[in-house]
Amino acid sequence: MNWTWFHRLGSPPSFYRFAGRLAPWLGGFGLLLLAYGWYAGLVLAPPDYQQKDAFRIIYVHVPAAAVSLSLYVLMAVAGAVALIWRMKLAEAVMVATAPVGASFTALALVTGMLWGKPMWGAYWVWDARLTSELVLLFLYCGVIGLHAAFDDARAGARACALLAIVGLVNVPIVHFSVEWWNSLHQGSTVLKFGRPAISADMARPLYAGLLATYCLCAHAILRRAQNELLLRERNTRWVRELATELGGGARVS
Amino acid sequence: MSPEFWKMGGYALYVWGSFGIAAGIYLWNLIAPRLRRRAILETLLDDE
Repeated sequence: MNWTWFHRLGSPPSFYRFAGRLAPWLGGFGLLLLAYGWYAGLVLAPPDYQQKDAFRIIYVHVPAAAVSLSLYVLMAVAGAVALIWRMKLAEAVMVATAPVGASFTALALVTGMLWGKPMWGAYWVWDARLTSELVLLFLYCGVIGLHAAFDDARAGARACALLAIVGLVNVPIVHFSVEWWNSLHQGSTVLKFGRPAISADMARPLYAGLLATYCLCAHAILRRAQNELLLRERNTRWVRELATELGGGARVS
Repeated sequence: MSPEFWKMGGYALYVWGSFGIAAGIYLWNLIAPRLRRRAILETLLDDE
């Protein structure tokens, strides 16, 4: 197999250009798909027979919860690559993923509370699913804080990578918590074997919202990784050339 | 949209609250990297 594309993509200037070309498409497609998903979820989908209109919170809660776990895995894998091969791009991706993942973990928790109050009668219970998702948020915040605490970005990245990898044990705990422990939280609707436990006109907006959220997260991570590379490579020729090329600074978007 | 739609069957606060906060998070993820990039490019130009 020919690996030159991989090595080329791993070099910061090539990745910077690649991300710059890909990100607008992901952002535009993600926004369109999200608009459809929210419209279909709020307007077209029929009310649930038990939860009535309150079930519509699923269209923001489930995509947020799904990316909160996926992005953690991405962050830990990028951390492992950064730790083993000392790859700058992997460090940038790891650092870029943390705030995006943290924001969606917080969103999953808050929308879960807003869903829990009318359905369970309480905003919060110290249940396995809720507690482990809260630990996930703390892990993200730990990586962000640790990165900010180091003056040397490369030494900071090594510490962050270790924390991210150790925290990976929490991911299966979050995912399987509803099966391992008695929980108020319902079981999986989408990610399970056999037929999904949801009718098609309710499922379509959910799948659209899921795909949209993954695209928009990818967009945000690419943009943030670009920023990280600019900072890390600030003294190299390609960044200097880019900065002078963009000239006005404040005027570029 | 009919007034019934906005009431969300009595769950307006929870449904619109969730979607409102979600809109804020999605928007922040779009805008924050852009602002940061602007700030970085400005400091890079100042260095020269």
